[in-house]
Amino acid sequence: MKDIEQMLRDGALSTPVHEEEARAMQAAQAFNARVTREGLADIAYGVVDSPFGTLTAAATDEGLVRLAFPEEPLDEVLDRLAAKLSPRIVEAPTRLERVRRELDEYFSGARRDFDVPLDRVLMSAFAKRVLAATSAIPYGSVSTYTEMATAAGSPRGSRAAGNALGSNPIPVIVPCHRVLRTGGNLGGYGGGLDRKRWLLELEGALTPEL
Amino acid sequence: MTPPQRPATGEARAVSHSAHLPRFTSVSAPLPPFQRFLDTHRDEVWRFLVASVGPSDADDCFQETFISALDAYPRLRADSNLRAWVLTIAHRKALDAHRGGARRALPVAEVAEVADGSTTSGPRRRAGRAAHANATAGPPPGALRDDGLWDAVHGLPPRQRSAVLLRYVGDLPHRDIARAIGCSEDAARRSLHEGLTKLREVVIA
Repeated sequence: MKDIEQMLRDGALSTPVHEEEARAMQAAQAFNARVTREGLADIAYGVVDSPFGTLTAAATDEGLVRLAFPEEPLDEVLDRLAAKLSPRIVEAPTRLERVRRELDEYFSGARRDFDVPLDRVLMSAFAKRVLAATSAIPYGSVSTYTEMATAAGSPRGSRAAGNALGSNPIPVIVPCHRVLRTGGNLGGYGGGLDRKRWLLELEGALTPEL
Repeated sequence: MTPPQRPATGEARAVSHSAHLPRFTSVSAPLPPFQRFLDTHRDEVWRFLVASVGPSDADDCFQETFISALDAYPRLRADSNLRAWVLTIAHRKALDAHRGGARRALPVAEVAEVADGSTTSGPRRRAGRAAHANATAGPPPGALRDDGLWDAVHGLPPRQRSAVLLRYVGDLPHRDIARAIGCSEDAARRSLHEGLTKLREVVIA
């Protein structure tokens, strides 16, 4: 007879590993559903399909706090949110249902303005002013870095305004793609200039041959 | 598309860049997002709970364990041993379940006290075990599982049972077992030894 200690080490108290992992996953899913239902996490996240690929969306109780392009690894997005806001971050795709629907409508040309609530907590005070001015640029129009700086109260701060736009935590929905350089040069874009051009063409602000 | 920098971020960056520093420095990585913590530990917590309370109570205990963990998570020190921490919570939830069908939430202090086998009265312990036996109505068939040994482990006094489960299912070192049970490391070592001795008697007999 095998020694008791050896039997214990060999898993005498456990059911087979594959069975347990399937049941552990079910239990974890039930946990996520409960956390979502009862709103127990500080940040809920989920993925959103888009013409650019899979976006990561994260929301607090206030609203959408972050939208990340596919190049940003999910782990890094979540690590930054954990460090800056709260580590109580749980996957809860249904909490992002409204963001998903509005983005779908926008990308198919059926929506011009977003109604989903936003949480601007990741923006600095200056970035908040710049991005508020940006949100006021109508669909189909464009503006300039200088105008955004002026609207934010520092007319000479176009470079700082450019930085604020470049670090927009909620691109597309806060339309930093509508801000160009004076003279019509596209300027920069955190998600890549191809996407900026694509979005401006979608909105009819830019003709494809430009 | 980097989010705006704040002082806190600068700190976090400095921390992650200092991963090569020796472990005894006070610098530590920030807590992982809770979802990653759950994904990392769910299998071992599940396995521990199935062994501790049986498959039919494991799901409730699992939910209670991670709900409590989520609640306490932001107050946790970033350099905590997350695995030992969550297994300690699971162990306490398992004790709650062992103590009968009344699934009332116990203050941590009370759980710690009950975890100490010497303060638990005999009749109460037996009543708890009887309730537990009814609730679990037979473990599921398993290739590795030894039902006789499982029954024997569950017949041990609470502290010895806890020590055996935390050691052989939770795979925790004596120091963490001591913390989970709320006793000294020597006492944990002793409980484990006594538990194993009793199991040898029972199973071989």
